[in-house]
Amino acid sequence: MKMKILGGAVAVAAIGAGIWAWTTLDTSRNAVADDTVRLADFTSTDAKAVKRGEYVMRAADCSACHTKGNGEFAGGYEMPTPFGTLVSSNITTDVDSGIGAMTERDFFDAVRHGQGSKGLLYPAMPYTAYAKLTDQDMHDLWAFMSTVEPVAHKIDETAGMPFPFNIRLAMLGWDMLFFQNKGFEATASDEVLKRGEYLVEGAGHCSACHTPRNALGAEIASQHLEGSRVGAWFAPEITGNAHLGLGASGADEVAAYLGTGTDGKAMATGPMAEAVEHSLQYLTEDDRLAMAAYLKSLPGSGATAPEPMTGLERGALAYEVNCSACHGTAGEGMGLLAPAFAGNHGILADDVTNLAHVMLKGARAAATDVTPTSAGMPSFAWKMDDRQIADVLDYIRNSWGNAAAPVRAEDIGALRGELDAGAPLR
Amino acid sequence: MATENKADVVIVGLGWAGSLMAEELTRAGMNVVAIDRGPWMDTSTHTPPAVDPDELRWGIRKELLAKPKDNTLTFRNRTDQTAAPQREHGIFELGGGVGGAGFHWAGMAWRFSPWDFEIRSKTIERYGLAKAEDGEMQLQDWGITYDEMEPLYDRFERIAGISGKAGNINGQIDPEGNPFEGRRTRDYPTPRLKTLRSMEVFNEATARMGYHPFTIPAANLSQPYVNPLGVSMGACTYCGFCLAYGCGNYSKSSPQACVFPVLMRRPNFKVITESCVIRVNKAQDGKTVTGVTYVDAQGREQVQDADIVCVTAFQVDNVRLMLTSGIGKPYDPRDQSGTVGRNFSFQTISGVDMWIEGEQMNPFIGAGAHGSQIDDFNGDNFDHSDLDFIGGAGILTLARDGAPISKAGKLPAGSPRWGSGFKKAYKDNYQTYTTIFNQGCSMPVKGGYLDLDPTYRDKFGVPLLRLTYDYAQSDRNMAKFTMDRSIEIAREMGAQHITPFNFADKPFTTAVIASDHVIGGAVMGADPTTSVVNPYLQSWDCHNLFVVGASAFPMNAGYNPTATVGALAIRAAQAIHQTYVNNPGPLVEA
Repeated sequence: MKMKILGGAVAVAAIGAGIWAWTTLDTSRNAVADDTVRLADFTSTDAKAVKRGEYVMRAADCSACHTKGNGEFAGGYEMPTPFGTLVSSNITTDVDSGIGAMTERDFFDAVRHGQGSKGLLYPAMPYTAYAKLTDQDMHDLWAFMSTVEPVAHKIDETAGMPFPFNIRLAMLGWDMLFFQNKGFEATASDEVLKRGEYLVEGAGHCSACHTPRNALGAEIASQHLEGSRVGAWFAPEITGNAHLGLGASGADEVAAYLGTGTDGKAMATGPMAEAVEHSLQYLTEDDRLAMAAYLKSLPGSGATAPEPMTGLERGALAYEVNCSACHGTAGEGMGLLAPAFAGNHGILADDVTNLAHVMLKGARAAATDVTPTSAGMPSFAWKMDDRQIADVLDYIRNSWGNAAAPVRAEDIGALRGELDAGAPLR
Repeated sequence: MATENKADVVIVGLGWAGSLMAEELTRAGMNVVAIDRGPWMDTSTHTPPAVDPDELRWGIRKELLAKPKDNTLTFRNRTDQTAAPQREHGIFELGGGVGGAGFHWAGMAWRFSPWDFEIRSKTIERYGLAKAEDGEMQLQDWGITYDEMEPLYDRFERIAGISGKAGNINGQIDPEGNPFEGRRTRDYPTPRLKTLRSMEVFNEATARMGYHPFTIPAANLSQPYVNPLGVSMGACTYCGFCLAYGCGNYSKSSPQACVFPVLMRRPNFKVITESCVIRVNKAQDGKTVTGVTYVDAQGREQVQDADIVCVTAFQVDNVRLMLTSGIGKPYDPRDQSGTVGRNFSFQTISGVDMWIEGEQMNPFIGAGAHGSQIDDFNGDNFDHSDLDFIGGAGILTLARDGAPISKAGKLPAGSPRWGSGFKKAYKDNYQTYTTIFNQGCSMPVKGGYLDLDPTYRDKFGVPLLRLTYDYAQSDRNMAKFTMDRSIEIAREMGAQHITPFNFADKPFTTAVIASDHVIGGAVMGADPTTSVVNPYLQSWDCHNLFVVGASAFPMNAGYNPTATVGALAIRAAQAIHQTYVNNPGPLVEA
């Protein structure tokens, strides 16, 4: 969710510098915001607005990226991108190092249009999605931010970005090509679906991870939410597709997963666990159900199940010895502790990065107030070679009604190197 | 010397007692700092299920335990001897990291019987004063009854997810459970473990003899479970590696598996690891304490101030802290005056090893607390009128003894102990071996106590604890009696080869692990002249000091101590946040 970053834009920088793009840069709809009082000089006394604003902050998952050991919202979270490492900014009310000098209008321009106090923002900040936030939600978010304690902590956001990617103006060209400068317009008429769409496509910025990107780091609209590699993880398809997406799950199950990190079958780990922990567990059940309903309403990729593989005896034996104690001899899982594989569509995509990742490095499940356990999956990198891991994955992906493409040992090996997981003992 | 920010409560030792108290107190909104001398440990990372249990490392060398060079004590049987340090683990199996011994325990999760808590009163009531006062024993009641303990036991069992089968729910006896147990309000949270072959043979034999076998309540879970704190646990795989091991499978209850997931999320909780508390600091008036002094990971002395101090370390360390801090009057065995160090007790163990030809026990399947027991000869469940002892033992068989190294010595008398003859004997007898273990209670004696050693000190310069103890004659008689019963049972089970054992037919020693359940020294009671803490585990001398653990037991029962430790910890914590904080002072008038 945080890792996938766009940027890139040497070629388009030249275009951007030459052509003035009024529509891209037009922030006139932010005129509804006050442009006189600085954040540092204002603390909202409207408790209800602050509370609503906190909810918007949770839905937009601001704290996940803007908090890292320096104090709440004080920035410093490093985001590796194909173009260099970005560091999240300090968004506390501190005047010098935070956003205390911003007016509400400045704040709207940054969040909804990617135009910050230091120049154009990189689209690691998902203003492409936040553009859809309503004026009301933005006013509330501003009220909440006014209550954040100032933390003096200077951040050099682009110190890890090499030339020419450290030139913020380059983002102008990118914005012209890819930034849809308009507010939220629902595609559905149903009120629940509308609310779900607003949350998924706006604050929730689900597509930031779950939609594949082009060479310049922009989301490919024709494959919206159909699954994408994100760093050393894979954000699976989350449309209504019944083979790879959420089509076979009830909306209540999807909502349970969003709220607790598990529906009793799949379990969130890695970046999705962070989304659950920092953001989704704080939403209302109605909002999670609306998100689920909207996601399930999307037609998605049209992927269908292949013929299941046969001849998986090696994987079956390795599974029984190494995995069945927790995941069950019939892939049924262990309560809320270990995920099931039978009927778990999240493990069937051609891209097996997630499965390989947890086999190689181990994992911890999401921890929420309702599901605090955060059970651990141990690493098998020291014990199993690439072929053995591929065999086990073939077995779980093609048993108990599951069907998926063969796993390539080379892909396991590549990830083993990328994760520096080490070779098995000999 | 640096002083940390003052806490509402400082907890010394984050094992079962410390973590259960911390959970209660932080849930009530109090700021709690726990200090543990061990490092942070987690089950799924420290002892992951992907790594086969290494018996040599964990079971034999006991690498999870505190090292004797860091934690030991000196020992003698009588005051006319000179105590020497115990330089190997022996009977002192202290935890090596956070979680304490709760990380490596086997998981037997017993309630003590109603008789245990009122041992003096009930012995006098049934047999007369002479039986209770034989000149050697020092019997005293706990100042609490089983009925008061019941909801606390229930809470511990719910948090730990104990598997078992009730034998007495509200007076309704179920012969499938333990018909002798105290009245419970409801069944265990998870069903009993499966019945394995050695248990089956034991159950059938004891039932034929008119006894009442049942499955031991275990902190090895029979099925997935979510405890009242919201923490998930998994089902036991019967791998058998529990005692001295960690369980990365989330199926053996431990502070890590049951409490830490919620405790560590609470902003009002903090744990300081690798830091050893060396002293509880007394206020100038001597009536309260101000906090603790500890040596941190860098070897610096630090002070943690707190309104309330809870000492929840292992039994022997609780007593040593009281003595080194000068709180309470040390016990004097010459006139039985003073209280701190009083009523050290152990357990009195006998039993048999046996081999049943043609049997296939499959001992590699099992769990730490897995087995069957009869309580027909435990506590006061049988008439002692014509017997020369009080108390008894839980007579049990275990289904956990397949570990290849430690089992290599379990051969019938006369078997070769080396070479090809040994290998053949081991091969022939691996499947046919089983055991009966009599976990006997232990009565305190006037001459048994803990004080500070005059000679030996630890690495911080603090005197070691000195143990002076030998079994009561009553206990020795009991051990012989129950050994004879176990021989009869072994014969009924069809054993051709029987090797009886009785640890109490010779002097007590700390060097041989008959049991590792040491208790007493800071005992609870209603009388301040014979107890260190009151029935709420509150110090009689300093009202904002609570000393919680097996150190509070005035005698030892024929059961494992952990559930009772847990129940007492919950009791003390509830007394603190429900009563004490509103009106700090003695909860019981002396």
